[in-house]
Amino acid sequence: MSTHEQHQHIVREVDEQLQHLNQSVSRMGGLAESQLSAVIDAFAKRDSAAAQRIINADSQLDELEQTVENAAIKFLALRQPMAQDLREVVTAFKASHDIERIGDYAVNIAKRVLAINQMEPVSSAASIPRMGRMVQSIVKDTMDAYAERDAEKAIDVWHRDEEVDGMYTSLFRELLTYMMEDPRAITSCTHLLFIAKNIERIGDHATNVAETVHYLVTGERLDDSRPKSDTSSYAVVHPRNDEGGNEDGMDQAGGQPSSEKDA
Amino acid sequence: MAEVRPHRMPLAVALLCAPAVLVLAVLAALGEIGAQAAAASALAVLVGTSALVGWHFRDVASLRHYVENLRQTWEDDAPVPAPPIIRSPGLDQNLGNVIAETARERQQRRQELRTFAARQQSMLAALPDPLLMLDRHGRIADGNPAARQLFGDGIQGRALSTVLRHPDLLAAGEEVLGGGQGRSLEFTLPGAVERIFTARLEPLDQQSSDSSAAVISFHDVTGLRRAERMRADFVANASHELRTPLSSLLGFIETLQGPAKDDPEGRERFLAIMLEQAWRMSILVEDLLSLSRIELDEHSPPTGKVDIVRVLKRVAAELELKAKEKEMRVVLSGMRALPPVLGDADQISQVFQNLVDNAIKYGHHGTDVRIIAEAPAQDASPARRSGADTLSVSVLDQGEGIAREHIPRLTERFYRVDTARSRSLGGTGLGLAIVKHIVNRHRGRLEITSEVGQGSRFTVHLPLAEPAARTKAAE
Repeated sequence: MSTHEQHQHIVREVDEQLQHLNQSVSRMGGLAESQLSAVIDAFAKRDSAAAQRIINADSQLDELEQTVENAAIKFLALRQPMAQDLREVVTAFKASHDIERIGDYAVNIAKRVLAINQMEPVSSAASIPRMGRMVQSIVKDTMDAYAERDAEKAIDVWHRDEEVDGMYTSLFRELLTYMMEDPRAITSCTHLLFIAKNIERIGDHATNVAETVHYLVTGERLDDSRPKSDTSSYAVVHPRNDEGGNEDGMDQAGGQPSSEKDA
Repeated sequence: MAEVRPHRMPLAVALLCAPAVLVLAVLAALGEIGAQAAAASALAVLVGTSALVGWHFRDVASLRHYVENLRQTWEDDAPVPAPPIIRSPGLDQNLGNVIAETARERQQRRQELRTFAARQQSMLAALPDPLLMLDRHGRIADGNPAARQLFGDGIQGRALSTVLRHPDLLAAGEEVLGGGQGRSLEFTLPGAVERIFTARLEPLDQQSSDSSAAVISFHDVTGLRRAERMRADFVANASHELRTPLSSLLGFIETLQGPAKDDPEGRERFLAIMLEQAWRMSILVEDLLSLSRIELDEHSPPTGKVDIVRVLKRVAAELELKAKEKEMRVVLSGMRALPPVLGDADQISQVFQNLVDNAIKYGHHGTDVRIIAEAPAQDASPARRSGADTLSVSVLDQGEGIAREHIPRLTERFYRVDTARSRSLGGTGLGLAIVKHIVNRHRGRLEITSEVGQGSRFTVHLPLAEPAARTKAAE
């Protein structure tokens, strides 16, 4: 083969390898999306069998992450890519890690569903599927943005994380109130709190992927101050004493959160 | 005039004449014929052969030229021209015609193929179900217009996994491309509006020209599943909410049968509570049924015309008594001649009944409940797209107000800011959900603003029946 032909051949191979990497990350995204969707359904329908299936299916996601990592490392070692190609590989690394975490959180939720199903249903459980669907749509839009290399969509997703945080804060307060009114519900509500937290973390990871996609497409990082409105770290709930008290007896200690740490 | 390759002819002539000329030369040398005669004959042979060969070559050249031209007409789709006339004895006279025939036949065949392909294409395009063709590598070779509408325009050439990520679908795709049988599965496309599809995957005969190896067809079953889900939801909601009053009713009945059998005072009291619980269940069931009915119809907009002023006046009159019990008043304003609203009178009436009822329930003792109607705005208000084609009605109360974090969830079914208070006031938790769904059906908008400690304002924006008529009516 002449040098030119050799060069063409390598370019094609590089393209194919990158495409393959790309597709693997998309597949991971699809798996994580389907796990998330299944676990929200399992929660809403109190389906323990479905929850168990979700836990079992996590190994697929882990294997895929390994595959992506191996392929990415090999690519880096052999091709020493530059510019766009380098960003592709870096994105594959970061995104696959975040997506695998999303899968893990879905499994955590499934485990809690198994625990919750052994107790009486709690009425405030209704808002969790709502939060779940919101995050589901965020994960979907993020993976779409990755597949289409759409920086606008990525930015849009990045902003929606604030809504999820708002819902989480509101849910947090509601559950605290519920627990105070009825101590028998503490076990269920604690599980629900963790489930809500897991959903919120899924939203954060999806937002990470969106940031990575934006970097992939434009080469620039999104502005550091990600809008955060999770004030649950500062939520203090006082037990109600009388009729004429506050609307819901809660107030907030401290002012605007200055860091982005989680509860 | 057809070109003749210059060096070929002399060579051919020379070759053909050579034997004769040689023989003549030998004869002349041997003295059998005179040198002049030999030379003359040789010349005659040369001239004759040249003429024949030249003629032949010319005909061949014109044929070649003709065939080359045919290639051109094939590109342009022009009709096949008449072939040149062959006179050379070395070529079949019909050769030209045969070539022309072949060309015509080929053209016709192409025409037929093209019409056939176009017909198939238009059939595929007309299919309402999205269709995707996959090539051997799992990339999308093509999609019909319905598929482009569903998945976007840039799908061609992309791997299936970058367009549809559902793992079951991808696994099925791989199996079918790998030689497996056709199969079908159901999957959900998440998003703002969730859609459920059944996908049918079929392998294609490998002979097809555009290298498509499989076809996937999608069928939207969202409507079906939604109806099933709503039915299941209704049962779940109803049983959940009815459980409390039912269990309390059972408790009282058991008490009346047992411990309180001979206690007339207890009996009076308990019977009153039981009646209240039974009423609550009855209202709840009514509300649930009503909500179900509304949701089922939600996607089909109403077609009637409603006089909003009349509806509001009637609602105010109906609830006046209830307001009086708390020494409250229902005050109407803005009730001039307003243009009719596109809608269903009963449903719109229900919307305002629910809103005013809430206002009376949660308003402070002795305050006013105000109903304000506003004519269509001349300026762009935050109402829906055509801001000037809607009118708005606001219901204001002076109650405790609603904290900001509750507002986005107010219209959720059974969502209550304060469960105990809502129940004691006889609320079912469904009033605002009913309002929301009716407003949705009317393609309107519900706006809620509130200030804790001051009161709340619920504004309903409704599209007019005749957008153009507003200029006349809004005097």
